[in-house]
Amino acid sequence: MNENVIIRTVTQIMLPFIQIFGLYVIAHGEVGPGGGFQGGVILGASVILISLVLGKKEARKRLSMKWNDVFNSTGVLVYAGIGFICLFLGGSFLEYGVLPFGSAEKGNHLGMVGIEIGVGITVAAVMTTIFFEASEKDDD
Amino acid sequence: MNFVEHLHVLIVAIPLLAVPIIPLVGRLRLDFSWYFTFLALSLSFFMSLNLLMNVWGSGPVSYFLGGWRPPWGIEFHFDLLNSFVMVVTTFIAFVSVIYAKQSVANEISYDKIPAFYAVFVLFFVGLFGMIATGDIFNLYVFLEITSLAGYALIAAGKRRYAKMASFNYLILGTIAATFIVLGIGYLYMATGTLNMKDLAERLPEVYESRVVFTGLAFIIVGLLIKMAVFPLHLWLPDAYKYSPSVVSAAMAATSTKVAAYVMMRILFSIFKIEFNVIGIPITELFIYISSIGIIVGSVLAISQTNIKLMLAYSSIGQIGYIVLAAAMMNPVALSGGIIHILNHALMKGGLFFVVGAVAYKLGTEKISDFRGLGKRMPLSAFAFTIFSMSIVGVPLTVGFVSKWYLVTGAVASAHWYVIPVILLSSLLTAIYFGRIINLMYFSKKPDEGEIIRNEAPFGLVAPTLAVAGLCIFFGIAASVPIEIAAKAADALIGGGLWK
Amino acid sequence: MIEFIAGKYNFWIAIILMMIGFYGVIAKGNLVKKIISMNIFQTAVFLFYISIAVVDGGTAPVLWDKNVPFDNPLPHVLILTAIVVSVATTAVALALIIRIYKDYGTIEEDHIREIHTKRVTEARKNELC
Repeated sequence: MNENVIIRTVTQIMLPFIQIFGLYVIAHGEVGPGGGFQGGVILGASVILISLVLGKKEARKRLSMKWNDVFNSTGVLVYAGIGFICLFLGGSFLEYGVLPFGSAEKGNHLGMVGIEIGVGITVAAVMTTIFFEASEKDDD
Repeated sequence: MNFVEHLHVLIVAIPLLAVPIIPLVGRLRLDFSWYFTFLALSLSFFMSLNLLMNVWGSGPVSYFLGGWRPPWGIEFHFDLLNSFVMVVTTFIAFVSVIYAKQSVANEISYDKIPAFYAVFVLFFVGLFGMIATGDIFNLYVFLEITSLAGYALIAAGKRRYAKMASFNYLILGTIAATFIVLGIGYLYMATGTLNMKDLAERLPEVYESRVVFTGLAFIIVGLLIKMAVFPLHLWLPDAYKYSPSVVSAAMAATSTKVAAYVMMRILFSIFKIEFNVIGIPITELFIYISSIGIIVGSVLAISQTNIKLMLAYSSIGQIGYIVLAAAMMNPVALSGGIIHILNHALMKGGLFFVVGAVAYKLGTEKISDFRGLGKRMPLSAFAFTIFSMSIVGVPLTVGFVSKWYLVTGAVASAHWYVIPVILLSSLLTAIYFGRIINLMYFSKKPDEGEIIRNEAPFGLVAPTLAVAGLCIFFGIAASVPIEIAAKAADALIGGGLWK
Repeated sequence: MIEFIAGKYNFWIAIILMMIGFYGVIAKGNLVKKIISMNIFQTAVFLFYISIAVVDGGTAPVLWDKNVPFDNPLPHVLILTAIVVSVATTAVALALIIRIYKDYGTIEEDHIREIHTKRVTEARKNELC
């Protein structure tokens, strides 16, 4: 926990912007530079920043262990789930074109966004998990 | 929707879907994680059996992920060779997950079990993907998935040095994988494609180029590390010794064998057989190092006092047989090598199962503690005897079949100096397994009283005996795997694998 | 000769970096230094991939304007995957190092091996007694 007032205040102010930027990078992955990995890392970094500046307890209050584990899994589930939905709609595994968004082009576009969101959730959760696991001092 | 058409991708996709689900359901109830693991891996096994029958009946099948046609998209390509290896790997996954239930409950701490199963399934997902994929960069990705899961599984071992063993494997494994990805980069530079079928078509034009030579050399060195062929085997003994027993069994039975399959695929079907003869004498080199590896592995195995280390060194010798079979480059020997993938998976998996059962009951891995096991754990000792006879190569067991094909293959292509190597190593193998059989049945401490029967629980003994039964079954009814292997070897040598 | 060196400078840089990393992995006894060297080793291969993607006069492969020549995006994508793999490997390795440090109190390979052999011999002695 950092006692410096400036750092604490600036962090509090910056946090929403950092997280929104992370979401922006995730959402624009399929048309520009960026994507799930990069955006997920930014989102994860925001949680890490909370725990560095405001303390680990505060970070755990905002993102509990349980939800972190759940997010770890949901991201992968979103990814694999979209793959299986494509299968059920008669396409190949991960063939976004068959998703029911009107045209194949639209399906490709939105399917990719879905995949990026899944990747982003997992990467963000995994980054925080790695940080918390590595910074535990007194577990077994 | 037509499910049959998609069965081939589901072999990999269903376990992949199970990976995130297992820790979630493990949070609800601990037992559920095992049931989901079992469900996913057994589904894969039955689907791969179906796949093998399909491929046997109607020839190779391809599956385009996302509907993108190769060479742009990633392709899953199944021919006889890799459907056969797939059945072997999924079978080992299926058996070891049955074995895992009680073994893991005993060896892994209670709260880590769901995570352990998730990583365990991920390990197999990587292996299945390596076998299935028809895209050479995808192969690297799956290789890294299986390696990373493998590092975590080894580190789950109870003893302290397990972490160090895992770390050493991590360093060597990463170097190997980086070599492989560099080699793939060279091939991509020379041809501009990553699809294996496309590579096989485009490579002959650039066989003269040094870029291709270098690329192949890097890939081969990387694969040799992953296979733990003799001079590059240093990670293997510690990794097998310190990992939990079900992990040693699953790893010893599958991971090096899958790497050997990848080597066959790269040497014979991405590169044509002519390249190996005219280009660099890679195969000559392979014959020498694998012959040395077979002998050295067997000699080192004799000198061990820890049973897991002994089996690990024996694995180094056995993988030499597969490399040797591939290097002799004739259909008979090659089919021997392909059968040996099945046979060695059965034998080594089974041996590690027995060792795990002994560790479960007696808490020991020392060879000297096997004294009197024939009375104490009769079923396990019986299975161990079958496996060891099989590894020595006694007729009517699977080990004999592969050795027979190896020797006839050596005669067919006039590699006479290979025959004494095989015979000598059989002799050495007989020494180190004979010692244990002697200890188990015929040796008794003078001051020891009556030995109480103390067999391992049914959940450990049943899969062991099933594998032992298969060892005998495929030793007698050898024609089934041999037909598949012979056809696969012919296709591999003749370059007909892609049709 | 100069042509040979200067014309293929990207390969030279990649190979030199790779060998620096390889040397570090083999020669350093400190586990963290080993991991750093391993990262250099991997990064060299990534640089190699990126350098073969360059097209003369090409820009970044973002297709705002379709008439401009652009670099081959495929190696970039491949390396993105490889970087993620390398991050995962590093994370696993660091997690292992933390565990090793908790168990052995050191991250020097020689010391760990010493402690390990000492423990093994002690365990054997206790058994014999």
